[in-house]
Amino acid sequence: MPSHPEFAGSFAEGLRTAALPPGAVFCDGDADLRFAVYRNNVSHSLSEALGQRFPVIRRLVGDPFFAALGRVYSETHRPRTPVLLDWGDSFPDFLAGFAPLAGYPYMRDVARLEWARGRAYHAADAAPLDPAAVAGADPSRLVLTLHPSVQVLQFGAAALTIWRQNQPGADAAQRIPSGDQFALVLRDRSLAVQVHEISQGDLILVEHLATGATLHAAAELAQWADPGHAPQTVLVLLMQAGGFIHPPES
Amino acid sequence: MTAMKSGLGLGASLACALSVMAAAPVHAQEMEKCFGVSLAGENDCAAGPGTTCAGTSKVDFQGNAWTLVPAGTCAEIEVPAAADGSMRAGALEALDRDIPA
Repeated sequence: MPSHPEFAGSFAEGLRTAALPPGAVFCDGDADLRFAVYRNNVSHSLSEALGQRFPVIRRLVGDPFFAALGRVYSETHRPRTPVLLDWGDSFPDFLAGFAPLAGYPYMRDVARLEWARGRAYHAADAAPLDPAAVAGADPSRLVLTLHPSVQVLQFGAAALTIWRQNQPGADAAQRIPSGDQFALVLRDRSLAVQVHEISQGDLILVEHLATGATLHAAAELAQWADPGHAPQTVLVLLMQAGGFIHPPES
Repeated sequence: MTAMKSGLGLGASLACALSVMAAAPVHAQEMEKCFGVSLAGENDCAAGPGTTCAGTSKVDFQGNAWTLVPAGTCAEIEVPAAADGSMRAGALEALDRDIPA
């Protein structure tokens, strides 16, 4: 009789290799057939969960392709925790290295955007900063704390436009622009996940605010990289959506 | 010199941005959980850590599934009458009607 850890190990191994784990007992019927049904359920449910997490990728490649893709991914990248919403972090990089998709380099970035949306949705709650707290503040001393859902992403292709055009009810007639795109993802005050196209300067500003830079230092770095950058639009957007929170108690 | 000039310009534009941030209206639409109005598969969820039940309701207007709606509007949402002709409406508490078997 194998010990429990041994059995769990050979069971997990068997789910990948189809080898019946030693010590498995089936009440009736053909053991190999029953184990195959179990394996199929595991594989199918993981593939379905992946499709729920990356609906635009599923739409772009189509259901049959996605089913096969999900099978390969789930067999090579098993969930590391029982929390399924933590699973899929390596999916964007997996897509980039998946040979049949080599001609579609934007897939990785579209998947990064979908992953960021899921992270924003499940981010911890935090009370938004009272707007009055920044009235008259000195920008060279002011340190703003971002809400845990706030993320910025840079795309090497028009992944944001592609993502938008593949939303339910979207108009797909729009032309796909060339060049980089920058996105801001956050969960707003009414718990909706928002996706905004921002400028390169906006991205750099938010990245530096995230590291604890003062507002003035972050804005200076943004202007250095993106001359003429005006910080007001993204700052007001963040404030209105609840993207700034009260600083943590220290 | 130009660096100093741009520094001064930045300070002014940041001061302006801060005053707009402090004054801009916050879209803090208060929301409430409204039970019994979601279409099948389109319910919201509390999204607690490690869990999600969003999109898991099985029937239209399922009584124990909820959707976030602007506060004060839940009870006014029109829901079609049930198959047996009885009236249905949204509620702030979970309902025992339209529960899938």
